[in-house]
Amino acid sequence: MQNEHAANEANYLKYQGKYKGLFAWIFSTDHKRIGLLYLYSIMSMFFIGVLLGLAMKFELLAPGKTIMDAQTYNATFTVHGVIMIFMVVVPGLPAIFGNFLLPIMIGAKDVAFPKLNLLSWWLYMIGVFLVIAALLFGNGAPDTGWTFYAPYSFKTGTNLLPAIFGAFVLGFSSILTGLNFLVTIHRMRCPGLTWSKLPLFVWTLYGTAWIQLLATPVVGITLVLVALERFFGIGVFDPALGGDPILYQHLFWIYSHPAVYIMILPAMGAISEIIPTFSQKQIFGYKAIIASTMAIAFVGYLVWGHHMFTAGMSGTAQYYFSLLTFIVAIPSAIKVFNWISTMYKGAINVQTPLYWGASFIFVFMIGGLSGLVLGSLATDVHVHDTAFVVAHFHYIVFGGVGFAFFAAIHYWFPKIYGRMYQKSWANTGWLVFFIGFLALYSPMFYLGMAGMPRRYYDYLDEFHSGNILSTFGSWIMVTGLVIIVVNLVRSARKGKPAEMDPWHSKTLEWTVPSPPPLENFDDIPVIAEDDGPYNYK
Amino acid sequence: MYSPEVTRASNFVQGVDTAFLVILGVSFFFLISLTVVMIYFIYKYNRKRHPVATQIHGSTKLEIIWTVVPFLLTMVMFYYGWAGWKPMKNAPKDAMEVTVYGRMWNFSFEYENGRRTDTLFLPKDQPVKLNLKALDVLHSLYIPAFRVKQDMVPGLEDNSMWFEPQKVGNYDLFCAEYCGLQHSYMYSTVKVMEAEAFNDWITDTTQVVLSAEMDTPANTGKRIMQNIGCFACHSIDGSKLVGPSYKGIWGAEHTVVTGRETRQVIVDEEYIKRSIYDPNADVVDGYMKGLMVSYEGQLSDDDIDNIIEYLKTLK
Repeated sequence: MQNEHAANEANYLKYQGKYKGLFAWIFSTDHKRIGLLYLYSIMSMFFIGVLLGLAMKFELLAPGKTIMDAQTYNATFTVHGVIMIFMVVVPGLPAIFGNFLLPIMIGAKDVAFPKLNLLSWWLYMIGVFLVIAALLFGNGAPDTGWTFYAPYSFKTGTNLLPAIFGAFVLGFSSILTGLNFLVTIHRMRCPGLTWSKLPLFVWTLYGTAWIQLLATPVVGITLVLVALERFFGIGVFDPALGGDPILYQHLFWIYSHPAVYIMILPAMGAISEIIPTFSQKQIFGYKAIIASTMAIAFVGYLVWGHHMFTAGMSGTAQYYFSLLTFIVAIPSAIKVFNWISTMYKGAINVQTPLYWGASFIFVFMIGGLSGLVLGSLATDVHVHDTAFVVAHFHYIVFGGVGFAFFAAIHYWFPKIYGRMYQKSWANTGWLVFFIGFLALYSPMFYLGMAGMPRRYYDYLDEFHSGNILSTFGSWIMVTGLVIIVVNLVRSARKGKPAEMDPWHSKTLEWTVPSPPPLENFDDIPVIAEDDGPYNYK
Repeated sequence: MYSPEVTRASNFVQGVDTAFLVILGVSFFFLISLTVVMIYFIYKYNRKRHPVATQIHGSTKLEIIWTVVPFLLTMVMFYYGWAGWKPMKNAPKDAMEVTVYGRMWNFSFEYENGRRTDTLFLPKDQPVKLNLKALDVLHSLYIPAFRVKQDMVPGLEDNSMWFEPQKVGNYDLFCAEYCGLQHSYMYSTVKVMEAEAFNDWITDTTQVVLSAEMDTPANTGKRIMQNIGCFACHSIDGSKLVGPSYKGIWGAEHTVVTGRETRQVIVDEEYIKRSIYDPNADVVDGYMKGLMVSYEGQLSDDDIDNIIEYLKTLK
């Protein structure tokens, strides 16, 4: 007790360094403070994105104009997409929880390059401001969709080049974070923590880091090509100059498809921590989960063409992209089987993070299985560019990453803030959110199969009923979100003090006080032969 | 979607819907059974009922089973997806050719005899090959009832799609690739007719641009206006675009510039007709001259009457 008390006095939230107030945070090189900087900045962007999404759903409540005109609607879905993809889900889990947890989970005092880590956050913020500025200045907000497809995006007079530059700066932040994590995982594991004893969340960060490092530079290549076309009139993408608009789609998806795996891998990692903890049981198939993580990271590079089955690619290319897409589905299935098997004969402690974890598995299965419809050639031709696709990727990106995020924040909250949240409110929030989520996105599967194209400001009467249900769902879901956030924000300040290890977990972050001291460990831990992240007795 | 009247509307429906059934069947089976098992585990092995966990590290046998079985199932799904899609790539040689022009924000269809329409008229049981030309940006031609879709790419030669309509009826035709402001209004109708009716129609040269008749004159007028692209520049909700809004236009008093003079006019049939055939004669005050071109020769007097009926409904 004495020791714990002493450590608490210098916990990372209260620690007083060279600077005071805000500067003590934005100039801090402590990985935990940087993790929280990301948490606050990413959540702020997330709330803006949610409001835009809510406005879109309100507009679609009835055919014809409901609250906004077509131009505003088109700008709304563009900005919603850009914010949610590039500023929320891509950095999302690795930047927030990766930063906070990676060093503690491997028994290190910080990441390998703490200053570079702070620079990554600054680059993220600069990227955010660049993109937002590109969106707000110029001839109004862009109305191109977050994909910026050529040649429409070149014709609208919006700030395409600054927006891609901003995306590149955001990407650069991502590259540096990936590099930092790779070096940290390779070089800074504590004695005895071999590769086969790494927590699975760390393994997914490792796979993610490689994708960040290798796929993100494609954004830079695209930027150079757009600049050459804009400034020197070299026809690359614009058919008016002799360019090829389909080339743009290839480059866009060569980055943006692996980016989907940047989003989902750490989400899977968080779930792989939560399920064993609340089952009080060794994870089932540890090595199989690692192998599937690395398989996803690798095959994920090779499937971008499934976004383009109707774009005018050659038949042979479509054939191979479809085949590889089916193959990349298998590692995800393996993970689901292993997670569910982990619960078998466990001593399951049903807590808020487990509700989120189990519902993650459910929505992730729906997202993944609907992806099979889109990976298959015949069915994709029918539902490509319809509401079905919108439903699918919201199930994966919001259902997958979002549910894993909420699972993770409810799991690690006591560690991050040293306080507990109100369980009853947290569970109520989860239930309302879950019901709202299903009501919001499930009707879109139906609408897409019935033939309603996506990015539609207005629609024919035959699509009305599905849209009403979807809009009602958005209101329910946001109600749940408000409950969750109010509970967490209130509890971060006023919750009951949390124990060091409230969930009886085995990973290293639960062996340090809550919240952790500045440098995590007084003495670097040593992992004994029969210790391990999931060695429940 | 799978309502009986559109089933088998084209030759591809069966192949595509079989793939849907196979994939969705397997998917629902796994979704439901895995969810039930998971909920059962959470209940059965709740620590109240099962306080001590049994530590199990894994099972190589199970890992192999749940790698191989999904692999085989996905290959089956891949096969059905491929089998339903393969025939879409090879148009028969005797297919009737129609050239489709996509522009912001309407489709037009040109037949081999030079006839142009805003609605796709087709004979039943005749393979048709659509040659796709995009005049400005990407569009995508999508006929849900036929299960076909192909992007229209500016600058891309030899871009086509084909199908064989197999049921008489009217079907929705959408633009599925986002193309700007009025993307959601870029739709048309496929009208599939018996072969004789189609032959009578294609040889009838009394009309220049043909629109499918709708239930009321006002709706026909709306369709014509969508198809020739009026709403790109004129809103129906009062918002200001390149041209003045149609909202409340009928019978309203407009201040227009005629030559150098500014005068007041009441919007009536004669004024609307003049605005369509000679748009720069009277320009509403505050708008630019020379942006709109005449539609003379593209619209019949009946078309104008229908348009007027529609404008009357925009109160």
